[in-house]
Amino acid sequence: MMAVASEQPASGVDLREPGGWRRTKNQIATVGMWIAFAVMLVPLGFVLVTVIAKGASAISWQFLTNSTIPVNVLPVTYGGVGPAVIGTLEITGFAALIAIPLGVLGGVYINEYGGNHVLARVINFMADVMTGVPSIIMGLFIFTIWVLHFGYSGLAGSFALACLMLPIVIRSTYEMLRLVPDSLREASYALGATKARVTVTVVLPAAIGGIVSGALLAVARAAGETAPLIFTIFVTQTLNSNLFSGANTALSTLIFQNATQPYTGAQDRAWGSALTLIAIAFILMIAARLVTARFSRYSQ
Amino acid sequence: MSITAKADPAIPAGSAGPLSKRRPFGDRGFQILALSAGLLVLVILVLIAVSMTQQSTTWFSTEGWSGVFSTDWDPAHNKFGAVPFIYGTLITAAIAIVIAYPVSVGIALLLTEVVPRRFARPIVYVIDLLAVVPSVVWGLWGILVLAPWLQTIYQDIASGLTGVPVLSTFFGGQGVSGASFFTAGLILAVMITPIVTSLSREVIATVPVIDREGAYALGATRWEMIQGAVWPHSQAGIVGAVLLGLGRAMGETIAAALVIGSSPTITTHLFSTGYSMPAVIANQFGEATVGVFRAALIGMGVLLFILTIIINLSARAIVGRSVRRARGA
Repeated sequence: MMAVASEQPASGVDLREPGGWRRTKNQIATVGMWIAFAVMLVPLGFVLVTVIAKGASAISWQFLTNSTIPVNVLPVTYGGVGPAVIGTLEITGFAALIAIPLGVLGGVYINEYGGNHVLARVINFMADVMTGVPSIIMGLFIFTIWVLHFGYSGLAGSFALACLMLPIVIRSTYEMLRLVPDSLREASYALGATKARVTVTVVLPAAIGGIVSGALLAVARAAGETAPLIFTIFVTQTLNSNLFSGANTALSTLIFQNATQPYTGAQDRAWGSALTLIAIAFILMIAARLVTARFSRYSQ
Repeated sequence: MSITAKADPAIPAGSAGPLSKRRPFGDRGFQILALSAGLLVLVILVLIAVSMTQQSTTWFSTEGWSGVFSTDWDPAHNKFGAVPFIYGTLITAAIAIVIAYPVSVGIALLLTEVVPRRFARPIVYVIDLLAVVPSVVWGLWGILVLAPWLQTIYQDIASGLTGVPVLSTFFGGQGVSGASFFTAGLILAVMITPIVTSLSREVIATVPVIDREGAYALGATRWEMIQGAVWPHSQAGIVGAVLLGLGRAMGETIAAALVIGSSPTITTHLFSTGYSMPAVIANQFGEATVGVFRAALIGMGVLLFILTIIINLSARAIVGRSVRRARGA
């Protein structure tokens, strides 16, 4: 834009870049913006380097799969965190199974059926507000409504994570469906298809890339959550592959417990688990990016 | 937006008669399914409020308003005052916002005004990376790496400031600790930067091109253009983005629980240990098996829920209005 302005030939008018203090001020502001970016990079780089350096030395095949989490005093070469890995995968996976279909349906309602109705607008707005509800509240909520009646279990943890994921999936589905052009819907209606059929066979496939990628990002966020789990799975140290009953464990809760332990063995297990957890989250995030790049037909 | 608002396209326009009114069962069923999934959001929000309030009534009934809003927290003697935790929540969130606001707006301006689009993309990826690092990992790093390192810096600052009037009330004091209000605020600032950045960027992106070009045509430098064209348009929206970040910072649990120092104190010294509402719930819930103690922690959750809902409602309303107005203009 600057270039456009200065290329205009106009004799008698000074079109050179303003000098002196104005120019200096502009440069200071630009440098300030780059500093802001650098300020953000420092903690990110610092945390990633630390987790990789400390975690890599703890991680081994045995660490990831051994089914006994040893007592805190034992060094990291004993046992492993297998129960926590399985717990995280099971709990997060089941939460995704609950939240993704419901979230996609909710997004479908807001965009395809709700239109401009008050109810759809309210649901849309409240889903937005719900994304800001702290994760700890979801944990307490499932505790009061489920755990008090049916006891601690991995399932309760899944419910809490599903509550967190639901509004995110609804919002991202809604944003993606909005991008599907109406001409596609109209063409299908013209062929005599019902609304449900149009939605399922035309609109959703057209937006599938964005929907899947939004869902994967929601799962990535949920996989690292701790607060909703400590009230719902009643952290244990032993393997419990039964999601539906009994106390369970997860990588995030294990890190939370071990972070305050004075023993280096416990701390090393925390670093190893942290690296595992970050790796899971990053893989999901990269998968989301790949899906977006490969399958999205319409974008903003 | 779909065309359904005006006419249901499942019923072809112009073809009156029994055929058009009949909708297949599956079609209607799918609509009801979608509607119930949408309604689930409202149901969950209402259930959160109702069930948690129910479980916390004993706190309010045994302690009364004066007990709940007292500074006394001593579970062993059945004293459950929430004020130190409310104070800690507000202080840490405030520190987080004061740090995150300039950083986020700076990055948002960098992305929208300075860097060309193809270079903006990798920067956005890096910010997303920041958002995906789990809270508990920030906490682990905070307590084992950052806090011990900050301890010495805090000590130097505190001893350097003894006797300085205003600064020593905030950064001085005797009980300097690596795990403190300030450390928690720092970690929270890092954690809310991605969301504040992406919302600010969304708001700044709605500034009309005509305004920007107008400012440049008048000979403004980029910074003058930002001051004259970008600020007036996006100020309200950025306030909303900051409020949303504030809500996130207040509810952030695990990182705060690990690095805040876990002692319910009210002090102006930011380098001393403190506590916050989500942190105390997470740390003490396991021990809270007796009635009033557990009710107090759940009640603290209710207070937190109300606080964050109010903040989120107003923030979303502000951001939504400013984006809509910019698009409509």
